[in-house]
Amino acid sequence: MSESLQVLAEPGGATASSVPAVRRGVLRRLVRNPLGLVAAVVLLVVVGGAIAAPWLTTHAPEAADLRNAFGPAGPGHPLGLDSAGRDIWSRLLFGARNTLGGAVLALVVAMALGIPAGLVAGYAGRWFDAVASWVVNLLMALPAMIVLLAARAILGPTVWALMIILGVLAAPSFFRLVRGIVVNVRHELYVDSARVSGLPPWRIIGRHVLVVVRAPIIIQISLVAGVALGLQAGLEFIGVGSSSDLPTWGGMLNEGFQFVQRDRTLMLWPGLALGLTSAALVLLGAALRDVLEDRGTDPVVRRRDRAAQRAVAPAVLDGKAERSPLLSIRSLAVSYALPDGSQREVVHDVDLDVHPGEIVGLVGESGSGKTQTAFSALGILPYGGRVSRGSILVDGQEVVGLPTASWRRLRSQVVSYVPQEPMSNLDPSFTVGHQLVEPIRAATGASRAQARARALDLLRSVEIEDPERTFRAYPHEISGGMAQRVLLAGAMSCDPRLLIADEPTTALDVTVQAEVLEVLRRLQQERGLGVLLVTHSLGVVADLCDRVVVMQDGRIVESGPVDLVLTAPREPYTRRLLAAVLDEGPPPAVAAGRAGQGER
Amino acid sequence: MSEPLLSVSGLRVSFPGAGWRARDHEVLHGVDLRIEAGRTHGLVGGSGSGKTTLGRAILGLVPVAGGTITFDGHPIHAVGGRRRRRLSRDIQVIFQDPFTSLNPSLTIGDTLAEPLLAQHRSAREARARVAALLDAVALPADAMGRLPREFSGGQRQRIAIARALAIGPRLIVCDEPVSALDLTTQRTVLDLLQEVQRTTGVAYLFVSHDLAVVRHVSDVVSVIRRGEIVESGPAAQVTERPQHPYTRRLLLSAPVADPAAQRVRREAYRREFAGTET
Repeated sequence: MSESLQVLAEPGGATASSVPAVRRGVLRRLVRNPLGLVAAVVLLVVVGGAIAAPWLTTHAPEAADLRNAFGPAGPGHPLGLDSAGRDIWSRLLFGARNTLGGAVLALVVAMALGIPAGLVAGYAGRWFDAVASWVVNLLMALPAMIVLLAARAILGPTVWALMIILGVLAAPSFFRLVRGIVVNVRHELYVDSARVSGLPPWRIIGRHVLVVVRAPIIIQISLVAGVALGLQAGLEFIGVGSSSDLPTWGGMLNEGFQFVQRDRTLMLWPGLALGLTSAALVLLGAALRDVLEDRGTDPVVRRRDRAAQRAVAPAVLDGKAERSPLLSIRSLAVSYALPDGSQREVVHDVDLDVHPGEIVGLVGESGSGKTQTAFSALGILPYGGRVSRGSILVDGQEVVGLPTASWRRLRSQVVSYVPQEPMSNLDPSFTVGHQLVEPIRAATGASRAQARARALDLLRSVEIEDPERTFRAYPHEISGGMAQRVLLAGAMSCDPRLLIADEPTTALDVTVQAEVLEVLRRLQQERGLGVLLVTHSLGVVADLCDRVVVMQDGRIVESGPVDLVLTAPREPYTRRLLAAVLDEGPPPAVAAGRAGQGER
Repeated sequence: MSEPLLSVSGLRVSFPGAGWRARDHEVLHGVDLRIEAGRTHGLVGGSGSGKTTLGRAILGLVPVAGGTITFDGHPIHAVGGRRRRRLSRDIQVIFQDPFTSLNPSLTIGDTLAEPLLAQHRSAREARARVAALLDAVALPADAMGRLPREFSGGQRQRIAIARALAIGPRLIVCDEPVSALDLTTQRTVLDLLQEVQRTTGVAYLFVSHDLAVVRHVSDVVSVIRRGEIVESGPAAQVTERPQHPYTRRLLLSAPVADPAAQRVRREAYRREFAGTET
């Protein structure tokens, strides 16, 4: 991702790892989420009812009145009476205590076992990790219901013991979640820093690791609670739980099922309570995930703003030099939609030309808009960004507002792109050859054999010594420099006239950079390519470019021939950039002398 | 020459191979290094050369397979647990990536107080020290209550420097401390590091892939390649009259920002290295 985008993303870019900042607003945001609000209210009502049961009922849940069995709703019995003449309302509320209590017990056991074990296994690793992971795999292989039924046969009708066993069986879900996250966090540099600071392991876990796993655990709790509730009710329903006197929702369902012919409402109330509570838990889990793992939701754009956002103001062309036939940018502005519906302009009024056979360097510091400018000319601005003003001609064709299909044709025939990170731009699961052949076939309709021959030619043209071997290799089998050559070969596959390269050598070693620059220079000379080279390195510009454009804060501050701009800069900003170059210090005359020394 | 502050001799580090019963993969094959008190020792090399691993071995973040590391006369390559933690008073680190070396959910004040609290200073003492540290790296005092994401890359690196300085160490391992920074920011951070050295007398092991940066800050430069030191000596000698071909290659392949000088350099590079392998 480009630098200026990071800047943009920062204000709203609350991630799971920055929990405290998020937490302040968690409740408020949960309430604002309609699903979350409804789910939270339902759960609060259920829990509140269970707690306040003695005050909300007039009859004990066990008080039977056989004369009034199946009695209708009436004063003192808002939901009527069951088959033994007990008050359904009272059994429902007291039953919530047992049903929810059982689920909470299972949950607490699962967390108490799973979370600490996951933390230790993820952080310390070694033998504990091996043993714990083995045990967890074993537990996960056990079918929960069968284990519970067997336990019931041995332990007798005690629902609490069964819930403890269920907790043990559910512990792996917490273990695996926590261990997976902690393994990643352990390799973070800030954990290394804490170790070098002399913090003992338990304090590192407390300060740096728990914070990161907090949000996923909260989400997991609501999901596991739903499962525990369902299993608890299921056990009671099939009658393996407690004695029938103890009110539970599952037990009530069982009873209602037996008398379903006589009175259907007996099943209605416990079924409704179970269904609503389970649904509320699942929905709460979903809402919590949205709130806690919010990675910058898409900006909500109102309809009347949307039209305004699509509008492109025309370029101001008066009094500006003739436009290049290859790439010509005039009055370019790039804007990003912000979450509040407004727009932020990150590139302002950029004019830029690349002539055939010319290499133009686009330099600037992070956030200067150089990548945004290059991406506009490729039609690949990230989501939320768009050209809001100006004109871009590629090969004489206006590309601002161009439909996707036309862009695709342009990119497969005229303009090519070389990205910054060679490794992340190759798919690790396909061979290099496959990744070269497919685009060639798609663009030209060549046969497999023709495309293969062409790909091998291309690999040879970027000075890869053993093209056959590289062709067969997977990306992890080649070096970074080799990968960048492969991408260069790929960019050349459509015989482009314009190449746009975004920091093509930044990720490479300096010795490899020299070789890749050499390949780029030769390709450019042989084919008369026009190149727009985005870079932060003035050395690369001096080595390769004919002209240079210097950007700062989204504007062009200076442009001209490289020999002029780098040796006699007019603008203070360019001078400042040059002064910051460490190599040979600011006076170029000294630089030449020192460079001469260096080669001796 | 007096006893060096840190001396590494015959250091070997291996990582376990991927897969069951795979052979270990050795990344450092017997490295020797001496760092004098109050001086900067530059360590330059390409990716995969083992330069970062050497720094991490000194910090105790990777296990040592062979050889010795001696700090102030005491062997430290095999100490662990409490004794290793006590060493943090003397040896500190500044990492490359200012965006992941600070915990995004801790305030700057909390991050800076961490090493102080680990040394059992009181909270009040730590607070006063944090304020002094922020002042030393030219950050506003109100930075204490803010989160890392409110700071730019250069500012975060200043925070990392402040953290390294918190308990007055005698050696700081700087692992590519300016590689992720913009050119102008890079310069100010390097200036800050040099100023800190003048005022506190701390020694640096300055690890970088960039010979220009290393030359700018170092008194002594070592060049590492494929887990072996190929050349070592005073900075001026190594960077101006390099003996080893690899050092010459590093030097000549780094482009300079002056087109005329770069043409000269490129020609020299072609004469010497065209068609050879890195």
